[in-house]
Amino acid sequence: MNTIATLVKGEIGIISEESLDVIPLKLLEMGCLPGVEVELLQVAPLQDPLYICVNGSHLAIRKEMAAQIKIIKS
Amino acid sequence: MEIHKPIKVALIGNPNTGKTSLFNQLTGLTQKVGNYPGVTVDKKQGTCRLSINQTAIITDLPGTYSINPTSVDESIVLTSLLNTTDKDFPDVIVVVADIENLKRNLFLFSQVKDLEIPIILAINMSDQMDRKGISLDVETLQKELQTEVVLISARKNIGIEAVKEKIANCAKVSITYPLCSINHKIDGDYFKQLKAVSPNHTLYELWLMITQNNFPESITDEEKIKLLEFTQDVSMVKRYQHKETIYRYQQINEILKRTYKIDRTKAKDLRGKLDKVFTHKIFGYVIFFGVLLLIFQSIFDWSTVPMDFIDAQFANLSEFVTKQMNSGVLRDLITDGIIPGIGGVVIFIPQIAILFLFVAILEETGYMSRVVFLMDKIMRRYGMSGKSVIPLISGTACAIPAVMATRTISGWKERLITILVTPFTTCSARLPVYAILISLVIPDKKLFGYFSLQGFTLLCLYVLGFAIAIVSAFMLHKLLKVKSTSFFVAEMPNYKLPSIKNVVFDVIEKTKAFVFGAGKIILAISIVLWFLASNGPDSFESVADEVTNNIENSNLSATEVQRKIASSKLEKSYIGIMGKAIEPAIKPLGYDWKIGIALISSFAAREVFVGTLATIYSVESDDENTSTIKQRMRAEINPETGEKRFNLAVGMSLLIFYAFAMQCMGTLAIVKRETKSWRWPMAQLIGMGILAYVASFITFIIFS
Ligand SMILES: Nc1nc2c(ncn2[C@@H]2O[C@H](COP(=O)(O)OP(=O)(O)O)[C@@H](O)[C@H]2O)c(=O)[nH]1
Ligand SMILES: [Mg+2]
Repeated sequence: MNTIATLVKGEIGIISEESLDVIPLKLLEMGCLPGVEVELLQVAPLQDPLYICVNGSHLAIRKEMAAQIKIIKS
Repeated sequence: MEIHKPIKVALIGNPNTGKTSLFNQLTGLTQKVGNYPGVTVDKKQGTCRLSINQTAIITDLPGTYSINPTSVDESIVLTSLLNTTDKDFPDVIVVVADIENLKRNLFLFSQVKDLEIPIILAINMSDQMDRKGISLDVETLQKELQTEVVLISARKNIGIEAVKEKIANCAKVSITYPLCSINHKIDGDYFKQLKAVSPNHTLYELWLMITQNNFPESITDEEKIKLLEFTQDVSMVKRYQHKETIYRYQQINEILKRTYKIDRTKAKDLRGKLDKVFTHKIFGYVIFFGVLLLIFQSIFDWSTVPMDFIDAQFANLSEFVTKQMNSGVLRDLITDGIIPGIGGVVIFIPQIAILFLFVAILEETGYMSRVVFLMDKIMRRYGMSGKSVIPLISGTACAIPAVMATRTISGWKERLITILVTPFTTCSARLPVYAILISLVIPDKKLFGYFSLQGFTLLCLYVLGFAIAIVSAFMLHKLLKVKSTSFFVAEMPNYKLPSIKNVVFDVIEKTKAFVFGAGKIILAISIVLWFLASNGPDSFESVADEVTNNIENSNLSATEVQRKIASSKLEKSYIGIMGKAIEPAIKPLGYDWKIGIALISSFAAREVFVGTLATIYSVESDDENTSTIKQRMRAEINPETGEKRFNLAVGMSLLIFYAFAMQCMGTLAIVKRETKSWRWPMAQLIGMGILAYVASFITFIIFS
């Protein structure tokens, strides 16, 4: 299963429709929506948090959160 | 000419979109910081002249990504927008948006627009459009959004006059339309019934009330009961919120497709390159610690001159007043109570201002967010968040603004732990205490012929402060059973050159908050102390006579007699009695009743320690005119052992005591305010007190 946490640096995926219920409202509101491209930009030195670009927003999210958001690799 | 009532304007927008920059442009130096009633978040207001007979009162609201709040800061925005009956309810809202990320900014705009309050959209950072290859069709956007749109650059001062003009016009227009009619896209029936509950409120207002459980005064009890029924099915409400979000983004995408173009190839990738360096697994930390060292170094280097200057000025002032006034209680109060009290606050301004200068620059440039990213995993091990780094750094100036800086942390447990351990960091009030004790008991030698041993001791105390903060955070993390869902998301803003105006205003604002917040308490305590030291129970009045009677036959000089009287007076005063009373308890730590007096007085604010000792020893000294406080303290003898009172063991024990104990009334008050209960400040007071006692006891044993 592919999630944001399984992306490698520089890789792009598309957030899958089934993730809608697990994405917290706050992340949705910041543009992290199903059907949208997400790119992993950087990984913090201790492998956590992850620095992503989604829908034009540059965000740092924790790995446990990222591991719940399923994606389709493009 | 008729002067119109001022228009009330609120600035709303995502963090880092330039709200504060616009606010500074509009209001200049008229701004002041107050408090929102009932809550603890600062409210920044200022006035702006729109035309000869029309002014506006501008409020800078905290930055937020959505009306639905996830932190204390953000909940202010919701509360201000729902309380339509409040006297500060805005007449006009200016939504400030960043042109580079217009989509996400319009999301917040769409929510605010649905509240049907007169609204203006100010799209900021227009100076960046060429560089980033952005084009925008303002005309069409205005039509699509049914809103006045202004392109501005708060930094370059472009479009500010247009904003003022639109504010003046917009307040006259009363009809507004919702942008997204949430009802029929999600569940027509449900929302129809919801709207029927209260005809005086818009549907979106009612929807916010039930989803955020935030009921303004304009809602009757009866209506509230009805509204609460709509929240029974929690999962359904949540699903509808998700749907609403998606629906809003769909609409925004449609609108932007017709009006907004960005040439992605033009965006130069400076961000990527800088990120690589600043978040590198080795250089990232090296740079961060380099920055920290630079900050601390500068605080010491730059602040000594202004601090010495302030010290001298207050001493001069005291002397001047002593000469000018007739002796009496009032003069004593002013020269021994009030002037040193105010001086004790003012002396910290240089250090605090320098620290906030650095913090403001780091935040303005966007570097602070990278530190949050870099430190989050490490801090989480200790029950905190990457965002706890900022309060911990600010704590080295003063714990009061540091505790306030925890508001951005959204997890309650992470925030609470940060608040509880922040007072361990070495704040500037500890410095004078450390300085005098270190110079008394640590020999002025060089380590390896280069490092000063005294300087090294000070460095160790700093490290000790951080270390104990981390260790206690870890214990609290394991012990505290607090329900909290920690949710972490941090935006990584673009790197920017800091704007001098913003930085200067920020430093002034925070320094002012310290001076008036902590200052009041320190001043009050100084006056109380002065009173306690110059008054006593019945026998106090007769001290002078007794002393004179006792030494009648000895041939002491007049000044020596005076000194003996003063010394006995201190012993018989209220504070002397208190010092004597706690002597048995502090004896194991190596302290006597005089140090006891200093401890009691610094219970309210640590820096009072030095002043108190100065008072005690100045009345006791044999050679008043030539010796400094330090020399007098050094000359003090412990009558039981015949040795020096301030030997290594006592000095070290005191240093440890001051490093650990919670001796700051100002911090306790702010912790009470931020945690909304006395429980946590009391836990801090007792916990840190016990730790300080035990640790100094052990230290005393080791060194004696
Ligand atoms: N290039 C550019 N930068 C700006 C402009 N307005 C603000 N900034 C910068 O954007 C950053 C955030 O601004 P600030 O006013 O603190 O935003 P706030 O968080 O919304 O209050 C700061 O570094 C500002 O200097 C602008 O018009 N153009
Ligand atoms: Mg701001």
